[in-house]
Amino acid sequence: MTASTTEPGAAAGREHPSRRGIPSPPLGDISPPPGRGAGGGGDSAIDLEVTPADRRVARYAAAAIVLTIAEAAIPSPLPGVKPGLANIVTLIVLWRHGWREAAWVTGLRVLAGSLLVGQFLAPGFWLSLTGALLSLAVLGVAHRLPRGLFGPVSHSVLAAFAHIAGQLVLVRLWLVPHDGVFHLVPIFAGAALLFGIVNGLIAAKLLEEK
Amino acid sequence: MRPWLALLRPGDWLVMLAGLAAVGASAPLLWRSGVAELAVVKRDGRVVAELPLTAPRKLDVVGPLGTTVIEVRPGRARVARDPGPRQYCVLQGWLTRPNAIAICAPNHVSLQLAGPRGEGGGYDSLNY
Repeated sequence: MTASTTEPGAAAGREHPSRRGIPSPPLGDISPPPGRGAGGGGDSAIDLEVTPADRRVARYAAAAIVLTIAEAAIPSPLPGVKPGLANIVTLIVLWRHGWREAAWVTGLRVLAGSLLVGQFLAPGFWLSLTGALLSLAVLGVAHRLPRGLFGPVSHSVLAAFAHIAGQLVLVRLWLVPHDGVFHLVPIFAGAALLFGIVNGLIAAKLLEEK
Repeated sequence: MRPWLALLRPGDWLVMLAGLAAVGASAPLLWRSGVAELAVVKRDGRVVAELPLTAPRKLDVVGPLGTTVIEVRPGRARVARDPGPRQYCVLQGWLTRPNAIAICAPNHVSLQLAGPRGEGGGYDSLNY
């Protein structure tokens, strides 16, 4: 069936009778072969315009993915406690290009990073996705704070706490359905504070240099 | 150190202090181990009574030396009186954590707290 229109069948059928699985004679005989665009003079049907912002997002996401993979090689004393170096990239993008691009970079990093590490759709993937979504939500608010007062370190610390909070809730609901998980809150919170400050300082340093 | 400190803005200090306060506030969680819900009283190893830690109550258990008095208050329990010579179980005071135990060996009585029944109640440790 070639009825791949997104509209309901009735409307589509009225306007394009030829799309309802019955090939119309003129299309098969005279028109350009299927697969090419209807009005295209040899061009591909899908023409994606690549904006400078797209290239930027791709470059930043690539850097973030490299950091993710590098970090996966660092042994961690406790699952969930890791520096989160890739977030430095998110912080820089947020500061320079706004929340939308930061969200893109983070989303691509979580997706591609998990694919490369072999964690896609595994618990680790859902954990980093939850953490990423929650910290992005917090960053969406935090980056509206006056910049003279609140720098990348503030963003970083707030996002780190949001990250670990989201993950803890997911772990409690899904992976370890026992309140014993919350005994580890002080360790996770301490790690979030420490790495939040360190990552924020690195991001601030990098932002200052350029 | 100085060039790094220069990167901090006034609000950053505020956020870091708030973060530190949050970590400090969560610290007791590390030592607390869940909520005790039940006081299990045993004599000669056999369960004499299981008292929920919801309402205040006193219980007398008669052993070979005399009467041991168990006192239950919401969320905690203790051995209030015991005929034993050294009073170890009385001196232990209030028990609040699951699996905490006070043993009055001379009088063959023990008081132990238990966590919630069912979900996760059977674990004494978590591993992964």
